[in-house]
Amino acid sequence: MPDSTPQSVLRFEHVSITFGDTVALNDVSFDLKAGGTRIIYGAAGSGKSVMLKIALGLLKPSSGRVFVFGQDTTDLKEKDLFPIRSKMGVLFQEGGLFDSMTIEDNVAYPLENAITAPDGKARIPADQISGRVREALRFVELEQTLVKFPSELSGGMRRRAGIARATVNEPPLMLYDSPTAGLDPITANMIMALIIKARDTKNTTSAIVTHRYQDGQLLANFRYNPESGRLERTEKNGDGVCARTTFMVFGEGRLVFEGTQDELDRSADPYVSKFKAVKQ
Amino acid sequence: MLDFFKGPILALQDFFFLTGRALRNIFRSPHYTDDILLQMDIIGVGSLPIVILTGGFSGAVMALQMSRALATYGATGQVGQIVAITLVRELGPVLSALLVAGRSGSGMASELGSMKVTEQIDAMRALGTDPIQKLVTPRLLATAIMLPLLTIISDLVGLAGGFLVSSITLNTTASQYWNTAYRALVWNDLAQGLLKPFVFGIVIALVGCFYGLRTSGGTQGVGLATTKAVVVASVWIFVFTFFITQIFVNQQ
Repeated sequence: MPDSTPQSVLRFEHVSITFGDTVALNDVSFDLKAGGTRIIYGAAGSGKSVMLKIALGLLKPSSGRVFVFGQDTTDLKEKDLFPIRSKMGVLFQEGGLFDSMTIEDNVAYPLENAITAPDGKARIPADQISGRVREALRFVELEQTLVKFPSELSGGMRRRAGIARATVNEPPLMLYDSPTAGLDPITANMIMALIIKARDTKNTTSAIVTHRYQDGQLLANFRYNPESGRLERTEKNGDGVCARTTFMVFGEGRLVFEGTQDELDRSADPYVSKFKAVKQ
Repeated sequence: MLDFFKGPILALQDFFFLTGRALRNIFRSPHYTDDILLQMDIIGVGSLPIVILTGGFSGAVMALQMSRALATYGATGQVGQIVAITLVRELGPVLSALLVAGRSGSGMASELGSMKVTEQIDAMRALGTDPIQKLVTPRLLATAIMLPLLTIISDLVGLAGGFLVSSITLNTTASQYWNTAYRALVWNDLAQGLLKPFVFGIVIALVGCFYGLRTSGGTQGVGLATTKAVVVASVWIFVFTFFITQIFVNQQ
């Protein structure tokens, strides 16, 4: 961690959630600081997606407390959550795009429909929306799909459009739920490159849920170079991308591991080793 | 034993929460006028062909059935009266409502159900909109407004169907048929004939949206939600028509 203590962006304190008899999250605590990148590994059903939904306030924890930007959101009412949610961008597993709307309308949705604009500012004027939407779609290289519907796009393109929608109002915190699940390796790397680009150009705090070990390696060791427009490997202990990236491993609702990349590499935990086994 | 009742009672509680929030949102901004108009078009204009067809044939069938019965008493002149009363009081509202439940109620459940299982409802909440305000309230308003209008059309077409049959089989003249039909109806009939579809519309939309938003378990869950929405809405239509009729019968 850098010397100055950055502000806490997302903090869980002893959070547990149960559905009927199943415990989906069991006493999970962590703290994500501003500017940090958190990679959350876990097998299917390990509770990592549930964790993101609790962070967004879509699910209420059975016990424990959740703090977003320092504010306790655990017992907030839905309408009081809207201003906080507008500061969080989220990419759902399948993109979560609205089937009944074109890509343009989907990306414009946060700008047009949000009850509260980010930071309580006035809503974005209608004449600026189109420009912002195009800019967000240019960012994910999908400008040509403005009038298409989500069903006309491939899985990778839907996820790129989802990233555009999540980043259109430039939220300081980005959450990604399995951004590479079910994609071929080439498309998956492209999505990861976009996530790195979004993190480095917009300087966002990010939490990425994934089951692919190499996703975390990419995030920890590469950064986006705005001059060349490409990803480049960072020097170890260099500009701090690696130091700002921390890892968590979930197993059956429990936080099995938390630490830096070096600690992850050294960890002898049998569950953590399973994830490292797929390392190239 | 208690666990057996827990599920249905919790579901009922959820249903009343949904109802409360959907009704409260009518008076709260933001108002999604575009969505209301779109739903009115889908539910109202979209159901017009089947409502006209079934309305016309139900009037014709009533006339056909009654012509034989009335002929025994030599009262075939009264066929217009009987068709008018049964259609306006009961058949028009109930048949239109059942058709709209099958067509739009199932549509709402499957559309909202698919949105639920593909995380679109979560996305909507995460992007700062209330799904009840954006999805349920427009459907509720649209159905409550359009179903009475559809019923009026269905009643009129049914009366015309009845006239067609009675003029062919019974040689009833136009003035005789329409006169008896017109005189048979009192304000009480029209009031219950319009109150019923209004209530049914609310029931159909709320039940459809309720089961849609409760969907779980992937695409299989969507099918289940759709079936439940149609069955439950249809049953409630019959329950409500009984109680509304009960109220109006006592008024006479």
